[in-house]
Amino acid sequence: MIEVKNLTKRYGDIKALDDISFTVDTGEVLGFLGPNGAGKSTTMNIITGYISSTSGTVTVDGSEILENPRETKSKIGYLPEIPPLYPEMTVRKYLEFMFDLKKVKLPKKEHIEEIMRLVRISDMADRLIKNLSKGYRQRVGFGQALLGNPPVLILDEPTVGLDPKQIIEVRKLIRSLGKKHTVIFSSHVLSEISATCDRIIVISEGRIVADSKTDELSKALADTQKLSLTAEGSPSEVLGEIKKIPGVKKYMKVRELNEKTALYSVEYSNDCDIRREVFSAMVRINSPILEMKSGNESLEDMFLKLTQGTEKGGR
Amino acid sequence: MGAILKREMSAYFSSATAYVVLAVFFFFSGMFFNFYVFAQNSTSLTYVFSSMFYIIMFIIPIITMKSFAEEKKQKSDQALLTSPCSLTEIVLGKFLAAFIMFALCNVIFLVYAVIISFFAQPQWSVILCTLLGTLFLGGSMIAINVFISVMTESQVVAAVLGMGVGLLISMMSYFVSNIGIQWISTALEKISFMNYYANFTYGILSITDVIFFLSVTALFLFFTVRALEKRRWS
Repeated sequence: MIEVKNLTKRYGDIKALDDISFTVDTGEVLGFLGPNGAGKSTTMNIITGYISSTSGTVTVDGSEILENPRETKSKIGYLPEIPPLYPEMTVRKYLEFMFDLKKVKLPKKEHIEEIMRLVRISDMADRLIKNLSKGYRQRVGFGQALLGNPPVLILDEPTVGLDPKQIIEVRKLIRSLGKKHTVIFSSHVLSEISATCDRIIVISEGRIVADSKTDELSKALADTQKLSLTAEGSPSEVLGEIKKIPGVKKYMKVRELNEKTALYSVEYSNDCDIRREVFSAMVRINSPILEMKSGNESLEDMFLKLTQGTEKGGR
Repeated sequence: MGAILKREMSAYFSSATAYVVLAVFFFFSGMFFNFYVFAQNSTSLTYVFSSMFYIIMFIIPIITMKSFAEEKKQKSDQALLTSPCSLTEIVLGKFLAAFIMFALCNVIFLVYAVIISFFAQPQWSVILCTLLGTLFLGGSMIAINVFISVMTESQVVAAVLGMGVGLLISMMSYFVSNIGIQWISTALEKISFMNYYANFTYGILSITDVIFFLSVTALFLFFTVRALEKRRWS
């Protein structure tokens, strides 16, 4: 549905995007993840034709944005980071304007009513946009992107500034839209992306650092298991025993909980389970284990690892 | 184009802009009408029109200052530029809205002509010709000011710059008579808006004047489209 090929964008000497390529299939919900300033908005602005790339091409449903801008743009619904609203208009008037601007050929009144119901702004239809709260404005922006039921939706941080209840609503909405539309949406909140998307692209410093299915990403990158351990006994003795266990990569005392007890964190490779060894080691030095928990690295850890890695490599 | 035109018009009338512009225009034209027609016992609107030249130079930047500067500032230009409308359509929509706003101001001259007709036979041909000239002049000034608006994010900068340019254009004939170097003053004379506008106020409809204003309009609208295009590529 969307094909992005070797996209590069330069601002003077600064490379905002460096050779980005990816494709999105019909009906897929793609999460665009990256720290602030990584190039998420730039990529989205290029796909929607707001700015142009220095080199590279974007094809949406077979038509190229530079060769065939009108046809391509009519296939995309775009919600930019700051919703493009006119504060002095009412919600209904604004949606009517956007309807005309996008040259939508559906029955106007019914379609606008339907969209307002979908994003739940029917109650606000005759209010001025400048009097709406941030959450409602965001929804009006959302409604605008949905006008004309475009096959592709591009949403730039649609949940920023919303309260938790609204965030959950928007996520649900995105997921339900994913059935009929192809969706790209960006965020720097990981839990949001992993909860909503089929696939994640992590972008950092203008480059793609990871591109995989949501569940694969956590599998592939979690080659390290983490063990958190609360045990009694002298820290030096405990750490000394942990060090001896094969498979341990990293170990440290996180903090002392009281004079006898401390919390430790141990990282070990995925292919061996060290919990039994830890247990017998602690028995040997007579340090009772109060708590032991092993788990996969969280998506957050991975994200930090991925994005920090490129920063080091880039500089 | 239609959508943008409609939105711009409703924006003028839902804010104070339209009413302030109309009030200022009507006030000054009424004052000049009083001075040059009633006080002088004349039926000619020529002096009213030529005095309005300066008012027009100040009023047009007020009409156009919002057009692109505001959009850029509140980022609503993202909606326009990612919609399936060409840049030309966007620019023409904005231009036409400002032009219609300006044309509405000029309707008052027809009222004055009708008032004159109660007392004497007005020179309809001269009045209509001048009105046409005013619209041509306004069109080219609007194009220049729309171009200024696209260059900045601040409405105030757009308005002040537009007024500066208007003043410069109004004083062109003054420069012409004060610059000694022959070729510069000749060149300035050729682009002096007042020269071309004056012919209309005498009731002379010459193709040269019409083409002059039309080409200035087209040129600056073209510049505006290019400036929008350039923003995308920078």
